[in-house]
Amino acid sequence: MKVEGKVFKFGNDVDTDVIIPARYLNTTSETELASHCMEDIDPDFVKKVKAGDIIVAGDNFGCGSSREHAPIAIKASGVSLVIANSFARIFYRNSINIGLPILECPEAVAEISAGDEVSCDLGEGVIRNLTTGKSYKAEPFPPFIQEIIADGGLMKHITKQNG
Amino acid sequence: MPMTMSQKILAAHAGLKEVKAGQLINAELDMVLANDITGPVAIKEFNKAGATAVKDKSKIALVMDHFAPNKDIKSAQQCKLCRDFAAEKEIENFFDVGEMGIEHALLPEKGLVGAGDLVIGADSHTCTYGALGAFSTGVGSTDMAAGMMTGMCWFKVPSAIKFVLHGKPAKNVCGKDLILHIIGMIGVDGALYKSMEFYGDGVKYLSMDDRFTICNMAIEAGAKNGIFPVDALTLEYMNGRFKRRPAIYMADDDAQFDSEYEIDLSTLKPTVSFPHLPENTKTSDQWGDIKIDQVVIGSCTNGRISDMRIAAKVLKGRHVAKGVRTIIIPATNEVYLEAVKEGLVETFIKAGAVVSTPTCGPCLGGHMGILAENERCVSTTNRNFVGRMGHVTSEVYLASPYVAAASAVAGRLATPDEL
Repeated sequence: MKVEGKVFKFGNDVDTDVIIPARYLNTTSETELASHCMEDIDPDFVKKVKAGDIIVAGDNFGCGSSREHAPIAIKASGVSLVIANSFARIFYRNSINIGLPILECPEAVAEISAGDEVSCDLGEGVIRNLTTGKSYKAEPFPPFIQEIIADGGLMKHITKQNG
Repeated sequence: MPMTMSQKILAAHAGLKEVKAGQLINAELDMVLANDITGPVAIKEFNKAGATAVKDKSKIALVMDHFAPNKDIKSAQQCKLCRDFAAEKEIENFFDVGEMGIEHALLPEKGLVGAGDLVIGADSHTCTYGALGAFSTGVGSTDMAAGMMTGMCWFKVPSAIKFVLHGKPAKNVCGKDLILHIIGMIGVDGALYKSMEFYGDGVKYLSMDDRFTICNMAIEAGAKNGIFPVDALTLEYMNGRFKRRPAIYMADDDAQFDSEYEIDLSTLKPTVSFPHLPENTKTSDQWGDIKIDQVVIGSCTNGRISDMRIAAKVLKGRHVAKGVRTIIIPATNEVYLEAVKEGLVETFIKAGAVVSTPTCGPCLGGHMGILAENERCVSTTNRNFVGRMGHVTSEVYLASPYVAAASAVAGRLATPDEL
């Protein structure tokens, strides 16, 4: 699967409270959650983001609360991929479980700037910065995880296993 | 292969003789938990997967604590969804207003989790139960839904950091100061994906409530879980509460740890996390003059009876400063009742504080004490991220109940010694 879009760049320790503030957690509506995505860190994010766009961030992305609403809001806002130096562990699991592609690649994070056009082959983990012409290789998921993603998320994976 | 406490619990629940760090395992769960925010998403996923029955209705807990008593119609709908699901699936441990408490204070109190258990919860502070010698960790709603369906969860076996505690904490210093000190030392991702295991002769000076506070905030260092060894105090706490048989796992003498820290508890000072990360810690000599508008004493971190007693000790015969809204939230009805019996509630009210029904409310900026722009709150809660308790320009200072109560009286960040 290949994704392509414009980069929104964030720093270290982007927490799930700024990704989707708790005041909006009284709903499970994906479109409603998406309409408040990143509101407390970049109030214009939802106005600017287009389908396919990519988030690039520093260390420990998605730290804090376990709210699955955070990757749901990001995915529903149109974001096709999050690239970070590292992810907080619950966010990492949640992203896989709901089918939001994520990659760890510090080299790409260091050199990609906000506004760059970036494409990525998710299967191979190859990230291309179309603006600068540079390429980066991210570690692909372990087979166990690839299986969950290939099945379309954890619930479908389990349903399939239970036949 | 020598193993840590955490690894031994995972191995036992995966039916394996041994596991090693990095290994992927599928393990059997003793309890899966969700609340009124994460529960509805889990139920949606459960239904989406076409599931009809839960694996074991006695091993699921649904606690209506975040936006309950309901703050608005949407929250009421979310609780209704959980309530209807619990009734339909005959979930045995459904806790609604009147019997609920803040989940991580409630489950240990009800004896639903205990030593040797493997627990997942769709709430990041599920790591709290490590205080009882359990392996417990926060997950998302989909994992919770899968746990309800199958009674199983996959884990990547974590490596661990060892914290060896010595000595006895000084006056006005408690478990909160220790965990804030540790997070300040290793950072908000200092234990990412790892276990935080606590050992040493200093452990005996930490009350169960201290241990709950410490394990509760392991996630604030990015950890997968925090865990204490089971001792006489743990067994005494579980006695009469925990219905199952406690299983005690000790680390092997030659267990491998990624790193090791020795901490002398007697040298700890009152510690506060300044905005906007729990790792921004400062000890009392570094605070300066921080004027405040609100104090919150409660939450899954510090809403237990010891915390209420500490707050009452500081507030007794004193009055909160003019303009400092002081909100005290016993974490469960049992804590609330005990606080009433011991006269703590009377002390709070006479001191000019308000006492709320159990709720997570203000901790996550939900309700019951939201901050306006540029307001400051000293809080015994666990996170001080941007906008966590309200307006994006508001500030949260994370502190122990000693410091929070003293600050309420002083009208600024203060220790009880300054009163």
